Amino acid sequence: MEKIDESILKVSDKSLLKGREYIGASRIDGSLVYMRHTHPVGYGELVEIKTPDGKVKTGQVLDTSDDAVCVQVFEGTDGLSLPGTSMKFLGEPLTLGVSEEMLGRVMNGLGKSRDNAVTPHAFDERDVNGSPINPTSREYPRDFIQTGISVIDGMTTLIQGQKLPIFSGNGLAHNQLAAQIVRQAKVRGGKSDFAIVFAAMGVKYDVAKFFIDSFEETGALENVAMFLSLADDPSIERTITPKTALTLAEHLAFDKGKEVLVILTDMTNYCESLREISTLRGEIPSRKGYPGYLYSNLAEIYERSGKIAGRSGSITQLPILTMPNDDISHPIPDLTGYITEGQIVFDRDMNGRGIYPPVNCLSSLSRLMKDGIGDGMTRDDHPHLSNQLYASYSHVKEVRNLASVIGEEELSEVDHKYIEFGDFFEKKFVNQGYDEDRTIEETLDLGWEALSKLPPEELERLTEEEINEHYKG
Amino acid sequence: MQGRIVGKVKRVNGPVILLKGITDARMMELVHVGEMGIVGEIVKLNGDEATVQVYEDTTGIAPGDNVYGTQMSLSVELAPGLIGNIYDGIQRPLEEIRKVSGDFISRGISIDAVDHEKLWHFKPSVAAGDEVAPGMVLGTVAETGRVNHKIMVPSSLEGEYSVVSIASEGEYKVTDEIALIVDKKGNNVHLTMIQRWPIRVPRPVKSRLSLEVPLITGLRVIDSLFPLAKGGTVAIPGGFGTGKTMTQHSIAQWCDADIIVYIGCGERGNEMTDVLREFPHLVDPRTGQSLMERTILIANTSNMPVSAREASIYTGITMAEYYRDMGYSVAIMADSTSRWAEALRELSGRMEEMPAEEGFPAYLPTRIAEFYERAGRMLSLGGFEGSVSVIGAVSPAGGDFSEPVTQHTKRFVRCFWALDRQLANARHYPAISWLDSYSEYVDEIKKWWNDKSGGQWLENRKRILELLQREVRLNQIVKLVGNDALPDSQNFILEVCSLFKTAFLQQNAFDEIDRYCEPEKQLKMLSLILHYYDLGEDAIAKGVPMVKIKRLSVVSEIARMRFNIPNGKSEDVDKLSLKLERSMMQLGSLYGED
Repeated sequence: MEKIDESILKVSDKSLLKGREYIGASRIDGSLVYMRHTHPVGYGELVEIKTPDGKVKTGQVLDTSDDAVCVQVFEGTDGLSLPGTSMKFLGEPLTLGVSEEMLGRVMNGLGKSRDNAVTPHAFDERDVNGSPINPTSREYPRDFIQTGISVIDGMTTLIQGQKLPIFSGNGLAHNQLAAQIVRQAKVRGGKSDFAIVFAAMGVKYDVAKFFIDSFEETGALENVAMFLSLADDPSIERTITPKTALTLAEHLAFDKGKEVLVILTDMTNYCESLREISTLRGEIPSRKGYPGYLYSNLAEIYERSGKIAGRSGSITQLPILTMPNDDISHPIPDLTGYITEGQIVFDRDMNGRGIYPPVNCLSSLSRLMKDGIGDGMTRDDHPHLSNQLYASYSHVKEVRNLASVIGEEELSEVDHKYIEFGDFFEKKFVNQGYDEDRTIEETLDLGWEALSKLPPEELERLTEEEINEHYKG
Repeated sequence: MQGRIVGKVKRVNGPVILLKGITDARMMELVHVGEMGIVGEIVKLNGDEATVQVYEDTTGIAPGDNVYGTQMSLSVELAPGLIGNIYDGIQRPLEEIRKVSGDFISRGISIDAVDHEKLWHFKPSVAAGDEVAPGMVLGTVAETGRVNHKIMVPSSLEGEYSVVSIASEGEYKVTDEIALIVDKKGNNVHLTMIQRWPIRVPRPVKSRLSLEVPLITGLRVIDSLFPLAKGGTVAIPGGFGTGKTMTQHSIAQWCDADIIVYIGCGERGNEMTDVLREFPHLVDPRTGQSLMERTILIANTSNMPVSAREASIYTGITMAEYYRDMGYSVAIMADSTSRWAEALRELSGRMEEMPAEEGFPAYLPTRIAEFYERAGRMLSLGGFEGSVSVIGAVSPAGGDFSEPVTQHTKRFVRCFWALDRQLANARHYPAISWLDSYSEYVDEIKKWWNDKSGGQWLENRKRILELLQREVRLNQIVKLVGNDALPDSQNFILEVCSLFKTAFLQQNAFDEIDRYCEPEKQLKMLSLILHYYDLGEDAIAKGVPMVKIKRLSVVSEIARMRFNIPNGKSEDVDKLSLKLERSMMQLGSLYGED
């Protein structure tokens, strides 16, 4: 193999080199293939890899230099040999052919059909990495989504165009909650008309099946595009799955004007895969071995949500992640929390007490809630009511701690009422059925019913008028 | 793409590019990579190789691509038209980018930071024959209703000059020549309204001045308990959801600086949109003008290129220094410096440098120190007193303040507003912990406050902090044995502290009245609560049960005074104080003994 004479390159247009194919890799390590003596290959270029027995795989350039090109192979490197591997550099970044017809279909992490049907005709080829939305083009999200789940609607309200992750743990009911949100989500006054983009990264087949069944039950399946990269698929494919899914979501929202709800599960697996590649490449790790660019990388995913001024659609993201060892300070939930607009945090203790959804509302938060609730959007008493519920419930925790030391009988009269309030709040307000769809009015009234267990002078965050109107003492 | 070729690409690894065949490149030189002209900066030179940190996505860049030099360091354009604008990390106006590339930001866009076509009304303030030196004013332009932009002799010049000609009053573009000056050797210098300044170099000043005046933010917990001086530095650390951004927004809206530079460094796109949409509609309580008329925004959101995030902090502080040189007090909000530090880490990792703590480069503390040292109250070259105050948010990983960025930042700032997770969870905003926060500026600015309060402020501040400390100890006892075990006199301390928290420390950012609290009202509110404590303590000593005091109707009025007494009516607090005295007297007479 000879080095290509650079003087030829000068005269020839770079585009002439597109699609050149080379045979023989110099090194294969995990999902990375190194090849030497190629033409100057662009960073991030798409690569078509042929195995010795003729199978075609997709890859992407991770590092390019004069001597060698490093390619990550999304479908895994099994079956590749050093002399027998051929690589074709396509001269363009990884793209997805987007189309409205992808709704109702099941695809793999790269957007290739998984259900053996014909790939839909593409409306356009889009770079899966997307481009950042200009902050001046964004429209600030304000429209309330009614999920029918009290603890979300009342306390951590979901807004159209928001990214609100569910921080869960292994064995908790995050899938049920996500499925319930998908079934029940509606814009106020309207019907549920969300297009769903569902991306599964490294989840088990049963989990994917659970979602498919749940979509099927409600007849929503033709409104769902599924990108499945399951636990037995190559782990590297997961690193591209959310990007593929969001590329379609952007098309549906910003070209077709649809309200899109994106479920990403499980982001922990995505990050694990990133770490795997990073380690393979011998990069300098930061916390817990995750690469230093984890924050930027996650941001490139989560920030692909929102609304654009002058366009009608929106992308709302509900990423699910399982906190390793229920540790919220682990790098994955930690960095996620710094990027997303709030979080819904699950609590194992509440789960143990049979409360569904087991949401710990004190550590949960919706940052966009302040502008999406209140008069004209939900109900005028909503802002103060949720604020009061937070304050009172956080006092309940203190009272319970005290009771565990001195015994419940020793508590003061008011503190007894707090205990009563706390129990009602958890068992009646937070707790609800898998199919229970509460309107926002029902939710708020329940909140008042809970607060009515407390004497009115304890309700410092409510105005007198609100207390007079709603308090059921 | 045209220009001087300084080398060719050898290797591409994310935002870091290695060059070969370097001929005459300089450190920190701004370069354009490939035919798209992607912007980068040379950060390392080694033989005939150089490392470039690139400010845009590098997809498609291939070995052998040409790299063009500019013989200029990464610098900002300083001229009328900065105020009210929104920039990315390397001072490209986002509104203009939108016109060129649509709703999504594409690459290789090069746009002037300020509008070169717009006409400004220039008024000269020197005449031909006058002697001038760098930093001195040649004339002024009314940039916005409240910002009188001084056109100065560029600080990049040295020595003394005399004015040969100066433009007469009239409409000029920023690129028009407005003055011709000549140095002692007879060299002519043609001046326009534009200066350029490299972002990584602090602008020169005559001298540093001591800090004397507080930066009033309208947040009671800050102004009254942990004040920041104009020209001071403060860090706001807090885990996610503890309200860093809310606090920064609130300060940007209501603080009494002349100019605000708000840097959204690696934060959320929607938050920047919120600022962008909200600020033009908000009115400054002091001047009655739109807040946008004093604000410059820099938005380098988390999904925009990481190198530009690293640069955004310097871009912001350079613009701040420019307005400081005109004699303005400027406040910078950097949200968040942790993202900036992480950008350093990411780039350092890509350059395969040896990491120190948690993967951060060993030069992290130096960089943090350099940044915060650019704050201060200064006498500018032109003889104006101006200040730059830096308010840096820190996002500690896992909310743990022992991580390197928080720790190193603490070494270089003199004021610390620690945000507390417990308070945030209880929706106590601003969630600034009164136990972990501190301010070293108290002594320097006590004169200002004491002049306003007849010498009371320092004493009152000390007393209330002491009460809050006692509350902590008492609460530990309560946790073990319950409230009832404490005598009324101690229970009353808990009661006063709890009232102080709801009536004073908490502040509602959405309430028309409560979101900004003027200093006079703050002083009176603080005195009133301490007065309540004194009167109550006396009454309890005389045998009045604590419950009776707590249930006085005036107490719930005190709890709501932050909502009910508007700014400018602080004398109403005095009325409340009289009412309290009467009620206490009545109560005392019921249990009358004396």
